[in-house]
Amino acid sequence: MLKIEETVVVHQFKPELYQQFIDIVSRYPAEQPKGALLPILHVVQAEFGWLSVDAMDKVAEYLNIQPIEVYEVASFYTMYFLRPQGKYMLEVCRTGPCCLVGAEKIMKYIEQKLGVKEGDVTPDGLFSWRGVECLAACGFAPVLQIGPEYTFYENLTPESVDQLISDLTVKVNN
Amino acid sequence: MRRKVLLEHINVPDINKFDVYRSKGGYAAVEKALKTLTPEEIVEEVKKSGLRGRGGAGFPTGMKWSFLAKPEGVPRYLVCNADESEPGTFKDRFLMTKLPHLLIEGMIIGSFALGAKVSYIYVRGEMMPQIRILEKAIAEAKNAGFLGKNILGTGYDLELYVQPGGGAYICGEETALIESLEGKRGNPRIKPPFPAIAGLWGCPTVVNNVESIAAVVPIIRDGGEEYAKIGIGRSTGTKLISASGNLVKPGIYEIELGVPVEEFIYSDEYCGGIANGKRLKAVVAGGSSVPILPANLITKTINQEARLMSYESLSDGGFATGSMMGSGGFIAFDEDQCIVRNTWNFSRFYHHESCGQCSPCREGTGWMEKVLHRLEYGHGKLSDIDLLVDVSKKIEGNTICPLGDAAAWPVASAIRHFRDEFEWHVKEPRTCLERNYGLAHYADPLPKPEPALVG
Repeated sequence: MLKIEETVVVHQFKPELYQQFIDIVSRYPAEQPKGALLPILHVVQAEFGWLSVDAMDKVAEYLNIQPIEVYEVASFYTMYFLRPQGKYMLEVCRTGPCCLVGAEKIMKYIEQKLGVKEGDVTPDGLFSWRGVECLAACGFAPVLQIGPEYTFYENLTPESVDQLISDLTVKVNN
Repeated sequence: MRRKVLLEHINVPDINKFDVYRSKGGYAAVEKALKTLTPEEIVEEVKKSGLRGRGGAGFPTGMKWSFLAKPEGVPRYLVCNADESEPGTFKDRFLMTKLPHLLIEGMIIGSFALGAKVSYIYVRGEMMPQIRILEKAIAEAKNAGFLGKNILGTGYDLELYVQPGGGAYICGEETALIESLEGKRGNPRIKPPFPAIAGLWGCPTVVNNVESIAAVVPIIRDGGEEYAKIGIGRSTGTKLISASGNLVKPGIYEIELGVPVEEFIYSDEYCGGIANGKRLKAVVAGGSSVPILPANLITKTINQEARLMSYESLSDGGFATGSMMGSGGFIAFDEDQCIVRNTWNFSRFYHHESCGQCSPCREGTGWMEKVLHRLEYGHGKLSDIDLLVDVSKKIEGNTICPLGDAAAWPVASAIRHFRDEFEWHVKEPRTCLERNYGLAHYADPLPKPEPALVG
């Protein structure tokens, strides 16, 4: 478990990030820039892997809204991480239809394989995992997704999980 | 093979690309709508089609469109609800992946009919690949002159944007979706005013499901009356069914409304029967919120008539012996599944997804989850079963949005139809950890209906 001090970091926004903000804000009426909040938080999280207080404050400043308006949104929606995660966050669907065909076994298998509890990060910083609610892929269950692209892995078996984890490990080491 | 109007060209290679979609007659409905029909005539065609909202509520789409307020000088919005999150439902993800242009075509026609100059497709955030697909397709359509300024030289302007959600089931509720699109927490609004009067940024807004908007394309292309010929009674047209659970062939099927449930489960054209040679125990026919039915009540109504995949037939018998069409999320349970465990799982889902605004839902979903957990793990009391019914009744109808009802119905219906399985968990606390209750009598033939009293 992280200590609160460890989440206090400074995240520098590059000009390219602000360029993306401009494009996003252009989708809303000029007097309603706050509509851009959710998409902007997604691009910030894709850049840094999670949303620090500093990053959220910068977003608030950019959209000319109060920081609390950003915090309350970031803490409401489940996709935003308020603390650092593993480079690859394996999100396994744990809702009814997936459980009918073995999602619980897959989660247990991933826990054993990675050797960390739900929500924790492996010592090498590469992986974390958690159960999430219905991912709308029930016909191809069990399923998991990995951000920030949210690539889908369907019809999971222990073998396909092994393959996935070894592929991702190789990808990072090359 | 029955008619398909949405997935007709689904197997054409590269049908997700503009040129291929166009070569198969795509965007002809936009040309027809913008060049030969008035907005009022389009709404009239949709009314004639009898199309009912495909997201779950089943409210007539044409009627919804006709309620839109049109004050002078105020923008109007069409928002597509692609926040598909109802457990058991995955048709919209499929449609957006394979046929993004069908949705865009429907959005152009709908926006024109409603007088919207800017429209949004609100896609659940987890569907980033689908968001990329839609953005690419929108760029293609714009390049070909079907979006942007002066579409097809008709003087009509439309910008279409894709908005990602943040991961919240509640945003499938239309006013929560609007709040989210405004950059806020997804807390549903108190109605009235309805979005048709005051929706996105206080402006008149229509929110429609992906499949409803896609269905507008064949309706305009072939005419509302032609569309209404498909289906049965007031269940007109086709419906995408997401089939999951213990089936031989889970997946997405476009059915003509009115197919017998038995045929849908067992025929090779559809699900091909129950996987691994098992027997069917129960079905949730329309997404996790609708009442669960035991095998004997899903294939036949209480009056021994074959139950059909239609709005009316699935709800035949009310909640006592029927269910609902909902979003078309068809979840099949085989004889090895535990109803108590599944009910606990669904309860946890609703507890997790409750936005927390209304006390009955915020607190009640948590209580139901806890009580069901102790029943599932052999620590329950017989009185817990009635306690669950009591809590579910106190949630139902007492919340701002229907999430409360959606959380209450699965629990109430599971106890209504599977009470002896719940009691067994209390009476056999050790055995229930080792094995499941099994099929029991849940597939037995229904008793002959009592002859109707005369006079």
